[in-house]
This record gives sequence, C-alpha cells and structure tokens, in this order.
Amino acid sequence: MPDILHFEFMRNALLAAILSSVACGIIGSYVVVRKIGSISGGIAHTAFGGIGLGYYLGINPLLGVIPFSLLAAIGIGLLTRKAKVAEDTAIGAFWATGMAVGVILIGLTPGYAPNLFSYLFGNILTVPASDLRLILLLDILIGGLCWLFSKELLAVSFDEEYARVSGLKTLALDLLMLSLIALTVVIMVRVVGIVMVIALLTIPAAVARIFSRTLPGMMALAVALSVVFNFAGLWLSWVFDVASGATVILVAALVFMFAGLWSAIAGRKRN
Amino acid sequence: MSRPVICCDRLGVTLGGMKVLDDLSITVNEGDYLAVLGPNGGGKTTLLRVILGLEKPSSGAVTVFGEPPGSTPGRLGYVPQRLFFDRDFPISVNEVVLMGRLPKRKLMRRYNREDRKKADEVIETVGLSRLKHNRIGTLSGGELQRTLIARALAGDPELLLLDEPTASVDPDMKTTIYDLLDVLKERHTIVLVTHDTGTVGRNVSRVACLNCTLGMQGPAAAFGPESLAGLYRHPVEVVLHNHPGRDTHEPNDHHA
Repeated sequence: MPDILHFEFMRNALLAAILSSVACGIIGSYVVVRKIGSISGGIAHTAFGGIGLGYYLGINPLLGVIPFSLLAAIGIGLLTRKAKVAEDTAIGAFWATGMAVGVILIGLTPGYAPNLFSYLFGNILTVPASDLRLILLLDILIGGLCWLFSKELLAVSFDEEYARVSGLKTLALDLLMLSLIALTVVIMVRVVGIVMVIALLTIPAAVARIFSRTLPGMMALAVALSVVFNFAGLWLSWVFDVASGATVILVAALVFMFAGLWSAIAGRKRN
Repeated sequence: MSRPVICCDRLGVTLGGMKVLDDLSITVNEGDYLAVLGPNGGGKTTLLRVILGLEKPSSGAVTVFGEPPGSTPGRLGYVPQRLFFDRDFPISVNEVVLMGRLPKRKLMRRYNREDRKKADEVIETVGLSRLKHNRIGTLSGGELQRTLIARALAGDPELLLLDEPTASVDPDMKTTIYDLLDVLKERHTIVLVTHDTGTVGRNVSRVACLNCTLGMQGPAAAFGPESLAGLYRHPVEVVLHNHPGRDTHEPNDHHA
C-alpha cells in the first residue's frame, strides 16, 4: 500500500480523512446521544443551496456552504424551539428549499458546472491544499468550542431541563451545537458529499457508543473509527476503482451492522 | 417564625387549555419538609415546574427566595422524575453528580477541585462511592434515584425539590431514600411531590393535598386515613415508616 503514498493527491486524501474525522467524531457523538441525526441531514441538504451560490458567484463552493448550513442550523433551531413548528416539518422545509435554491443558482450559472457530482457524493481524491487549510481551521474552531463549552454541552445533551433549571441558556447552547453541526457539514462535503454526510456523522459515533462509558471516550473512539473507515474505504476504492465516498460509507455501514449484531448478542447474554 | 422560601399566591396554571392549577395559595417556610400529595393529574409536578421557572403561571404570583422563579438556580436542588432521560447515555455517576455544580461555575470554566470534592462528598452521603465511576445505565432504579439526589445536593442548595423520588423503586430502596431525606431535612427545606402515601408520617413536617387546588394542608400529625381518603375518594393507608417504636398509630408494614 505505501506505493500509493507517492501521489500528492493521495497524501492530501489521507490528510483530509484524518482532519475530517476529528470533527465528525466529536460532533457525531453529540448528534448520536442527542438523537438529532435528521436535523443534521436537513442542514447538510440545505447546504446544497450554498454550493449553487458558490458556482453562481464563481467562488469556492465550500465558502458558499458555510452561510447556508449555518442559516439552516439557526433556522431549524429557532423554528422548532421558538415558533413551535414540528421538527420534521422544519427539516423538510429547509431541506427542499436549500436544494431548490441550489438547482436554480446552478441553472443560472452560465456554462457547465464542473465537479458538481463531487460535492453531492464527495471525492476525497480531489481535495486541494487550500480546502485542507479551510478544513484544518474549522477543525480547530469546532474542537476549541467543544472544549470550552464541554460541561455545558454535556449538560444540555444529557438532561436539557436540568440544564435550564441550573441557569444555563439552553436555547443559545442548542443553537451553538446546531451551528457546530453546520460547520462539520462543510468539512464533510469534500469527503463524502452532501448526500452522505449524515452516515459519517452518525455511524462512527453509534459504533463507539456501544463500547464507551463516557462522552469524551466515545468521541475519541468515534474519531479513530472514522479514520479507519476512511482509510479502509479509500484503499478499497483504489483497489476496485470505485467511488471513494460511497465506499467509505459502505465500509462504515458494514462495521455498524456487525457492531449492532455483536451488541444484540452481548445484550441477550447479559439479560 | 422562619422566613418564607416559596410563596404561591392564588396561583393558576393553564396548560394546553386545561386548568391544571387553580387558585392555589401556599407558603413553604425555611426548614419545612412538605409532602405534596394528590392524585395523578392533580398538578403536583406542574407546581414544581412553576417553582423551578419551567412553566409560567397564567394567574397569581409565585416567588422563590423572594425572587421570580428561575432566577436563583444556585439555591435550589431539583430531583426530576428519572424517566425523562436516556439511560444508555455514556455518562458516569460522578459526571452526573458534577452537573449539580453547574450554577456554581461560570460558562466555559472547568469543574475544579472544590467541585470534585463536593461531588465525592455527596456521593458518599447517598452511599454510592463504590459505583462512582459506573455508567448510569448499569445502575438499579434506586441507585439511579440516589445519583439524582446527589446531583441535587452537589450545588449546596437550601431548597430541595423532589418529584416522585420513589416511583418504580423497590420497597427496600424506598425506605433507604426516605431515611436519607430524614437526614437531609435537618439542613434543607424540602418539598417532596409524591402519590406514595406511604411517606406521610411524622418525618414530614407538613402535608399539602393537591387536586387542582389545595385540598387541605397542615402539619403531618393532623392527617389521618380519613382525611386523605376524602381527597382520593377511596380508603388510603397512612403509614409511618422506620420509627415503629415511637409510632402513635398502629405501625403498618408498607412493604406489604
């Protein structure tokens, strides 16, 4: 396998895999314990509008994704918590609206939209060095905020009502968490694409949860698992010459299936 | 006379068009150990939620420590019904208890040595030192309940609010929890919401019966089976627990 490391794109791909795993392991753990996978999916799909905006303005589509995913996070958060709109309704509305905006903007952009497919389904082999720097920056931001607010985020995740009784601003903390998910989506778009972000946000953390006693432990294990899934997927996609993002997801899904079976069997033994 | 901790003045709460509490006036003084009894749907939990600032009154006024509800988080400890969170959450007893220190620590600050010392102390108080690092999913119902009591105690509260602390806890553990509350009442004002009439006894200093509005209230000694039966409209067993030697009533076995 080392011979594939001679290629710069492969070194970039591995670096992207590691960097994106950091964010997706940490934030994915919150997504799993709070059961907000569907909100995360909504934020990710709304972000397609941002990709359209990027093409339309002729800028890096990832820079278009940032405002769109943040807007989706805050919008869904406020609609469900303040305007009492049902969560799935808010998710559906944002999801489709974001995609519609993306389709219109790409249509308005003169000429052909290059690499559109890679934003939808990811292509870790084409991550340019400039995107790596953006991903690293977002990683530091996400990790730093999670570290600063670790006790507050743990409190709202575990028992939101108790956090509120303790004087925490739970709405602000919720919006912070949704915004962190939005930034994680930006990172993941390059790796697995908008459509499959949700799998890498949930599967490594869900597998880690089976073997973890604390949330920080779960995060660390989820990061490690995500790196393993990425490397294994990348290698298999190289060997079989198939799409890298989709292969990563299938590797993750396979491991998830076995972990689920293992935990069901272990659970039965315990009872 | 000790100073009032909670004052409800003609409190009314309407939830989803339903009148849950109506014209309720009650004062809880420092040092009280008040048991709030009443049938399911009688508004017991709603009363606690109003005191905590989680629910807004639709009429009347409430003050807690002389302030509007919710503005003195550091002075009260809350033990919620344990059914409302995920038992599979990857979190240890110690981490749950440390959450009780949230009002004491500023945003973005870590828990410090003092917090950890206090957590150890209250975990010891509730008798869970052995299980300190266990994941909460591995605890029995009674152990989990004691974890939640420890969390409430960790913040050094003056007022303890407990919502059905013995619901779905086995009888032996119930006794343990009530014995613990007997110790705690020396230093805390306690409001205990329960439909477990087995707690009504000499250990509680006052009893309030809630069925939308205050049915009656008074010192615990004034409550006999007859008055409670009137509230519930069926016979109620009044049980005095754990002090059989000093009971004036016939001691009943509430384990039965």
